[in-house]
Amino acid sequence: MTGAILAARGLAKEFRGFRAVDGVDLDVAEGSVHALVGPNGAGKTTLFNLLTGFLPPTAGTITLGRRDLTGRRPEEVARAGLARSFQITSLFPQMTVRRHLELALAGPTGLGWRFWRSDKALRRFAGRADELLDQVGLLGFADQAAGTLAYGRKRALELALALSLDPKVLLLDEPTAGMGAEDVDRTVELVRRVRTGRTVVMVEHNMNVVASLADRVTVLQAGRVLVEGPYAEIRHDPRVISAYLGDPDAHR
Amino acid sequence: MILRLLARRPVLLALALVVAFALPWLIYPPVAMDIAAWALFAVAVDLLLGYGGLLSFGHAAFWGTSAYTTGLIALHTGLPFPVAIVGGALAAAVLAVPIGYLSVRLSGIYFAMVTLAFAQMIYFIVNQWRDVTGGENGLQGIPRELFGLDLSDPFLFYYAGLPFVLVGLLVAWRIVRSPFGQVLMSIRDNPSRARALGYPVDRYRLLAFVLSAALAGLGGGVFAISHGFASLHDVYWTTSGQAVMMVVLGGIGTLWGAVLGAALIVSLNDYLATAGFEETGIITGLIFVVIVLLFRKGLWGTARDLTAARSGRHRPAAVPDPPSSASSSERLDQVAERSGR
Repeated sequence: MTGAILAARGLAKEFRGFRAVDGVDLDVAEGSVHALVGPNGAGKTTLFNLLTGFLPPTAGTITLGRRDLTGRRPEEVARAGLARSFQITSLFPQMTVRRHLELALAGPTGLGWRFWRSDKALRRFAGRADELLDQVGLLGFADQAAGTLAYGRKRALELALALSLDPKVLLLDEPTAGMGAEDVDRTVELVRRVRTGRTVVMVEHNMNVVASLADRVTVLQAGRVLVEGPYAEIRHDPRVISAYLGDPDAHR
Repeated sequence: MILRLLARRPVLLALALVVAFALPWLIYPPVAMDIAAWALFAVAVDLLLGYGGLLSFGHAAFWGTSAYTTGLIALHTGLPFPVAIVGGALAAAVLAVPIGYLSVRLSGIYFAMVTLAFAQMIYFIVNQWRDVTGGENGLQGIPRELFGLDLSDPFLFYYAGLPFVLVGLLVAWRIVRSPFGQVLMSIRDNPSRARALGYPVDRYRLLAFVLSAALAGLGGGVFAISHGFASLHDVYWTTSGQAVMMVVLGGIGTLWGAVLGAALIVSLNDYLATAGFEETGIITGLIFVVIVLLFRKGLWGTARDLTAARSGRHRPAAVPDPPSSASSSERLDQVAERSGR
């Protein structure tokens, strides 16, 4: 196994005295799929927002490769190669699906600043946009407004947007949340297809998804790392079972 | 049938140009010039509000700063008036850099309040700095020098001032339909998503703010030369408010609507003033309330929806609705809330 590409040391976030994330160390190995799991309120989403710069940490450091990303803004984190998808589908409703990708691809080129040019200039990214759409199975919807897509397809567009940044590390925030079984299978298949040559970190509730995708699992509870290891190991760990099912002694 | 024909872009554009050139034949020429200048001002406000999702309540700072700067250049240097107007617009853009830098981080009502506060500061400075601005008397007798041409006739001057407005409107149209405009609209719709795609949201908003200020300044310069004076009223908050009102009346995020709103309000104000009615605010306010209640998308937005519905065409994706209500700070609050559960 190669070294960690994404690492957090002593990461903490405090909200008005409440420690949502409380001293988390995380090492994500390059090329792996790393799942973050834990019961509600364990701090998964906060950790996610810390890693992507949407929240500034109260303490601790984040490094991507050799680069220190602590306290960087979301756009800087994205440019550094850490791309995220959103749990609550978060698109530009009136924009076409293809234009979403064109805009995402145009970001690093600085074309977005050209206020004196026609927006037709964005079409130069149409080819690459269509490749990405094909990859996530959305090519047939390229000219549709994103707001009119079905839920599962919006999530696929989220994934395509994150992929368009060609990130070193792809962070997926509950990629299967709210999906029916069929969409879940399709999403698992999709992640499996796009993970080659990439590192994926995902927050996920669905244990079947975790079992079929994740190389390593970090279990969080009350803002701390409870257990970390391969899925096969942690699934039988009594601490994990009690974290999910509740401590049997507590209900006596 | 006729409506549908009129709604087609080349037809609409040709018609608008004909009206723009015929205007001083139809109405009192100085009023025609006022309409043109205010139309550009309102379009500048709409650029920021309709496409950037930022409601500036202090754009009089840019309109007025340009009016004074234009006046000062024309008065003290004797340069041709186009140079003065361009100088005024540049001054407005330069002023917009620090004001924008300090306010684009905010959104919604906070952005509106901070821009209003800055505009009040500019008002205070203009009022106090009597040696330069003339204080309450304003700048009087701004000349219309253009290589010795006699432009004292308002009818002739209209055709000298109109090109500035048309260029300004063209620039606004270009901005909205540029790659920058697309990024700006995506930021308006979903700032967090735009950030996660690597777009520095605040810097994009700042550029939009500066461009909008420059266009407002272009209008203010034309206005000052046309009237031959710059007054405190040009930097007063009611001037900012009137521009916002024009945009809302005509339809946010349509550009055309801002022009229509400006034409309506300026002619109404003029009509009421010539009729000897002094409390024009009561009438314009009343009309404003009625239109906002009846047509939420403004006159232009409603008309566009009606013609689009009749011809059964889908609206193109590039034509946006008014900005979504959730601002970036609200969205970040949601992020924090979700995380803190």
